[in-house]
Amino acid sequence: MNRLNHLFATRKTNLLSIYYTAGYPEINTTVDIAAALEKAGADFLEIGFPYSDPVADGPTIQHSSQQALDNGMTLNVLFEQLKELRKRVTIPVLLMGYVNPIVQYGVERFCKKAAEAGVDGIIVPDLPMYEYESMYADFFRDNNLSNIFLVTPQTSPERIRKIDELSDSFIYLLSSSSITGGSLNVSDNIAAYYTRVKAMGLKNPTIIGFGISDNATFTKACQYASGAIVGSKFVQLLAEENFMDKIPGFIKSIRG
Amino acid sequence: MKYGVNEQGYYGDFGGAYVPEMLYPNVEELRQRYLTIISDPDFKAEFDQLLKDYVGRPSPLYFAKRYSEKYGANIFLKREDLNHTGSHKINNAIGQILLARRLGKKRIIAETGAGQHGVATATVCALMGIECVVYMGEIDMARQAPNVSRMKMLGAKVVPATSGSKTLKDATNEAMRDWIANPVDTHYIIGSVVGPYPYPDMVARFQSIISFETRKQLLEHTGKELPEYVMACVGGGSNAMGMFYHFLDDESVKLIAVEAAGKGVDSGHSAATTFLGKEGVLHGSRTILMQTDDGQVVEPYSISAGLDYPGIGPQHAHLYKINRAQYASVTDDEALQAGLLCCQLEGIIPAIESAHALAQLDKMKFKKDDNVVVCLSGRGDKDLDTYIKYFNY
Ligand SMILES: Cc1ncc(COP(=O)(O)O)c(C=O)c1O
Repeated sequence: MNRLNHLFATRKTNLLSIYYTAGYPEINTTVDIAAALEKAGADFLEIGFPYSDPVADGPTIQHSSQQALDNGMTLNVLFEQLKELRKRVTIPVLLMGYVNPIVQYGVERFCKKAAEAGVDGIIVPDLPMYEYESMYADFFRDNNLSNIFLVTPQTSPERIRKIDELSDSFIYLLSSSSITGGSLNVSDNIAAYYTRVKAMGLKNPTIIGFGISDNATFTKACQYASGAIVGSKFVQLLAEENFMDKIPGFIKSIRG
Repeated sequence: MKYGVNEQGYYGDFGGAYVPEMLYPNVEELRQRYLTIISDPDFKAEFDQLLKDYVGRPSPLYFAKRYSEKYGANIFLKREDLNHTGSHKINNAIGQILLARRLGKKRIIAETGAGQHGVATATVCALMGIECVVYMGEIDMARQAPNVSRMKMLGAKVVPATSGSKTLKDATNEAMRDWIANPVDTHYIIGSVVGPYPYPDMVARFQSIISFETRKQLLEHTGKELPEYVMACVGGGSNAMGMFYHFLDDESVKLIAVEAAGKGVDSGHSAATTFLGKEGVLHGSRTILMQTDDGQVVEPYSISAGLDYPGIGPQHAHLYKINRAQYASVTDDEALQAGLLCCQLEGIIPAIESAHALAQLDKMKFKKDDNVVVCLSGRGDKDLDTYIKYFNY
C-alpha cells in the first residue's frame, strides 16, 4: 500500500488535489509550495515534471513548463527536491509528465528513483494502455507506484472497465475532451457522462480534473466523484507576487 | 510487406500510438476503419479520378539530360512539382479528405511547415466545401508568406503557432491540441508520415503513387522497372516514403534519404535527425528525434521550412536502424547552390526542400549505366524570396 491507497481507503468524498509544475516559478520553490499546500489542507499533490512539447496542456501549464526548464529543472534535480519534500510533507504525491523524458531516463530507473524519493503514483497522459501493460507495468508494480489513467466523455464503457482493472488507486475523469486550462463543462451531456461512470460501480474511486477553478466547480465535481484536481488556476496564482502567503486563502476559496 | 507496419502499429522498434486518452477514440476509429475505407472500390475510383483530373497525374518521369552528362549516370526527375498546388503533399491531402468525408467529419485541421501541406489541405477543403483551419509556426508564416496568402484565398483560417521554435513542430503541437478539444466533428490531416499509428502507414499508402508510377515509367524509359538508386529529401519523410514504397522489397534498389543539415551537422543549427537524434517519442510515435539528455525536444534549424523538423517518421527510423535506406545530410548552402544549378541545367526552379535531394547527387559515386531517380517533391515559387536574397538577384 502506498500513501494514495491509504488515502482512498479511508476517505471517499471532497478530496482536493492541487497540480503545479516543479521548478516554477523558481527552481527551488517546489518543496515550499508542497509544504504550504499540505498545511492549507490539500489532500494530495500532483507535481508536473516539465516537458518542451506538452500537447495535452493549455497556455498556462505550457508557460510554467517552459519557465521551469529555463530555470534548470530536470528529473535528477526533481528527485533530489522530493527527498527534501518528504521530510516536510506526508500527503500522497503524484508525478505528472510526458513519456519522452521517462524513456530517456530509463523507465526502470525512473520508477526506482521516484519510489525512493517518496512518490506514490505517476500520470503520463501520452503513455497508452498497450505500451503501459507490455513494457511499463512491472516496473510500476515492483516499486509500488500507482499508474493513473485518464477517462474522457468519449471513452467507451469497455475501455473504462479495462482501465478500472489496471488501476489501483483512482481514475482521473476529465470534465471534457480538452487540454488543461479550460472551464468545467457541466452541460447535460457531461452530467449524464459523470452519472453513467458513477453507475458503473467501478472498484476505483474517480477524481475529476481539467477546468476545476473555484468553489462552484469543485462542489459540482464532488457531487459525481470522490474529489477534484485544480491545476491551471493554481499555477496562475504562482505567477503573482507573494504567492506563498496566498496559498491558504486559495485552498479555502476552493473548498468554500 | 517485409518493411510494413505490424498489427500494433510498429515498424520494428518504432511507431505505436502514444496519444493522450482524449485522442484515443479518434485514433482508434481511424485504425479500425482506414484499411477498409481506402481499399473500397468506390474510394479507389474517386481517389484515382481526382489524382488524374484534378492533380494532373501521372506526374512525368523526366530524363534529365544535362544532369546525366554532369553526373555520369542516367538521372531521372520524378516531377511532383508539376502537381496541382506544386508538391507531392496534394496526394495525401486528397486521400485524407475522401477518408474524412466517409468518417462523417465536418471540420478539417492541419499543420504546415513550408505551407505546401497547408495549401494542399486548404485546396481539398475548398473542393469539398469543408471548413479548414491550418496551424503554422510564426517563423514559417514569415518565410513562406506567399503560401499563407494562398491558404487564405482558398478559404482556410491560418493560425500562428507562437510557442517553442515557432516552426513545424510547434504547429503540430497546436493542431493536436485543437484535435483534443474537437474530437467528434474534426479530422486532423497530418501532412507527413509522422504521428500516431495509423497515420504513418496511411500517408505512406497515399504517397506510394509516386513509386507506383515510377516503376511503370522507368520500364518505358529504360526497359527495366528497377533503378539502381532512388533519392528524396526527408522532413517528416512523406515524399521519400512515397518514392521508396514500391521499391522497398527490391533489395537491389539503393534508397537514399537526404536530411537538412542546416548550417552544418555540428553547428548547433541543424535538422539532420538521424545524425543528431536518439530514440524516443515525438508527436505520437516512437521514433528518432533530436533531444537533450533529459528528453527535451531540441529546436531544429533548416533554411527549408519543410525540413525544419526534429523527428522523422517511424518507418524511416526503422529503415535507418536496419540499414535498408541510407541517410545523408545537406547544408543550406549546398541546397541553395543545387537549386540554382537545377534552374540553369534543367530549367526547373525546385523547392528548397527538393533541392536538398538534388544536392546529394554531387556526393554520390555512380557507375556509368546507373539509373537514378530523384524525387523533385515541389516547385520553388514559394521560395523565390529566399533564393533572391541568397543569390542577390
Ligand atoms: C516540396 C516539399 N518537399 C518536401 C517536404 C518535406 O516533407 P516530407 O519529408 O514529408 O516529404 C515538404 C514539406 O513541406 C515540401 O513542401
